[in-house]
Amino acid sequence: MGRKLRFRHGVHPPELKDLTASVPIRRMPFPTEIVLPLSQHTGKPSRAIVRPGDWVERGDKVGEADGFISVPVHASAAGTVEEVGLWPHPNGFYSPAVRIAVAPFSAQVPRSRIIPDWEGLSREQLVEAVKQAGVVGLGGAAFPTHVKLSPPKDAPIDTILINGAECEPYLTTDHRTMVEYPERMHRGLRIMMRCLGVDRAMIGIEKNKPDAIEAIRATLPHDLDVTVHRLTVKYPQGYEKMLIKAILGREVPSGKLPMHVGVVVHNVASVATIAEVFETGLPLIERIMTVTGNGVRQPSNLIVPVGTKTRDLIDACGGFSDDAREVVFGGPMMGTAVASLDAPVLKGTTGVVVLTDADVKPQKSYPCIRCGHCLDSCPVFLNPQVLGQLALSERYDEMEAHNLADCMLCGCCGYTCPSNIPLPQLFQLAKVALRRQQTAA
Amino acid sequence: MSVATTLVSVLILGGVGFIFAALISLTHRKFRVWEDPRIDAVEQLLPGSNCGACGMPGCRGFAEALVGGKVQPANCTVLGPDEVVDVADYLGVEAGEANKRVARLLCAGGSNVAIQQADYVGLETCKAAAAVAGGGKGCTWGCVGLADCEVVCDFDAIYMNPWGLPVVIPDKCTACGDCVEACPKDLFVLMPVEHKLIVQCKNLLEGEEAEAWCQVACNACGRCAADAPEVIQMVDGLAVVDYSKHDLATPAAIERCPTGAIVWVEGAQQFERPQPMEKAVA
Repeated sequence: MGRKLRFRHGVHPPELKDLTASVPIRRMPFPTEIVLPLSQHTGKPSRAIVRPGDWVERGDKVGEADGFISVPVHASAAGTVEEVGLWPHPNGFYSPAVRIAVAPFSAQVPRSRIIPDWEGLSREQLVEAVKQAGVVGLGGAAFPTHVKLSPPKDAPIDTILINGAECEPYLTTDHRTMVEYPERMHRGLRIMMRCLGVDRAMIGIEKNKPDAIEAIRATLPHDLDVTVHRLTVKYPQGYEKMLIKAILGREVPSGKLPMHVGVVVHNVASVATIAEVFETGLPLIERIMTVTGNGVRQPSNLIVPVGTKTRDLIDACGGFSDDAREVVFGGPMMGTAVASLDAPVLKGTTGVVVLTDADVKPQKSYPCIRCGHCLDSCPVFLNPQVLGQLALSERYDEMEAHNLADCMLCGCCGYTCPSNIPLPQLFQLAKVALRRQQTAA
Repeated sequence: MSVATTLVSVLILGGVGFIFAALISLTHRKFRVWEDPRIDAVEQLLPGSNCGACGMPGCRGFAEALVGGKVQPANCTVLGPDEVVDVADYLGVEAGEANKRVARLLCAGGSNVAIQQADYVGLETCKAAAAVAGGGKGCTWGCVGLADCEVVCDFDAIYMNPWGLPVVIPDKCTACGDCVEACPKDLFVLMPVEHKLIVQCKNLLEGEEAEAWCQVACNACGRCAADAPEVIQMVDGLAVVDYSKHDLATPAAIERCPTGAIVWVEGAQQFERPQPMEKAVA
């Protein structure tokens, strides 16, 4: 092996994955109530097509896609629709959601359905089937997968990258998926390569997951050009632009998408889900999720019905420990703190991390000492120090001129800052303010 | 150095100076823009706060518009009544009449009546808190209480009361709109002082769900709308006052509100500790 597979800059946060790295995936019992927000994906929210009192079986559609960049929402358990109304969303606000009282004695067997042989379907039919199954990227951003599977004609794709980096501390969702379901992943990959008409696929896995690399290598299909790449451990390797840089050495230009350099990146869990869709005929109604952190008594990797309330999820893992303090959806670097335990987990929730008092001890912020650590850590080569100064004086337009749009809020700058300046929060505020200005204009 | 050299130098430099002086003088005459001297004088009489409440790009812009007869002195919301008369007298125009407007807060959920469901730790501004899971208040529509509006107000017209709600002092408020822009929850509106019937709530939840988070929330019971259908309507789980028919409104409209979300404001809001009304015993 010649070149070391890596990208420049980035940070090395503690991995903290030991809590769940070797815990096998188990299925959690169905909760008594599930809440399905109509906005679980990037793009336009779906439209509710059920009414209070309706009976739904597991896998039935409750929300219809509204537009191209939108996906349907399906019931993750059989039961009666209680309400279509406002409910706490993990983003902190109330948003429209379908609430279902789960039938207590139901066997939760989905309706019998005809599963088409995917090899007999055309590309368009495959993409449509993926859309109808409500599949979104399971790596966190929840971007509708069918959109990524139908690139425009003027952007030829030559490689599919499968993202198994999982660089966020604590999370072991993708890790366990690769260890336990490597063949399912390969089957999903086969379908995806067919959808995109691409012959070459590469799987990138950080080398701190040797068992996953081994499992994937052992099951590699021989008739396909699929290779596994062992990556240097570094954050944010799982950000698609960094992964492309690390494996292929190509750089995605500012403001462009991976498809502009001929690449499509999919998360391991999304690929496995696509295989499931064509094997069971079931849409995306459950996902594998890590529930971890020192604030939860029994850290686990779980198969969770989408729409399970945080409270029920934590109960399934033995409940909170006495010093639990903060609940974060996603990892500690890029995740969002949730304010309400009634907020449900979404399709794109990669994990739930419960932090303790000791983890979230507030730290005093000091003035910038111009050490330049943030510059050395920024994976997209911005100048967080200048951006931070501009953000503090609310000069948001100038921040845009300093390429704020390239910032994906990975948190490296804030992580390295010796003065504890909350740079990522400042940048997020600037992004919110700019969006407000643009919608107002 | 001879005398001649000195003389020549002085002559050349003097000549160059003279030519440029002549050029400047010519251009000054040719391209001169006449400006009404009254603009400067009027600007001196204006408050100089450049708040923009009048809709002009600052006090200078307002002075130009005044002299041009496009606006009336009373359109400046910062000037007191006597100062308006001063400006009017100087220009020899009518002072005009402008409706005094003030900023009103559409939330009464102070820490004494509204529940905080999660603690927020981080930058101490409303804007920052609102971006992190809505700020942690149970009612995500409600006031965050970190005083962005107090900070942004140029006229010291806003102070925070003991329960973390901003109080707008009507006499000091110039309706410049800075607080309206600063509030991440869009809780401020500018309205004429004579509009006294105000629904101090933006919570879209209904019934007990709304009351669970805040004792003074509008729970969309619809009694006010039933009593005064021509003035109040229920829209998406919230009572909305039709201000074009405010003349018909009376303080009686608030009597049947079970939570006290709808109030009749004389002077400032949130002066007193907001109290939920006594629940009727069946």
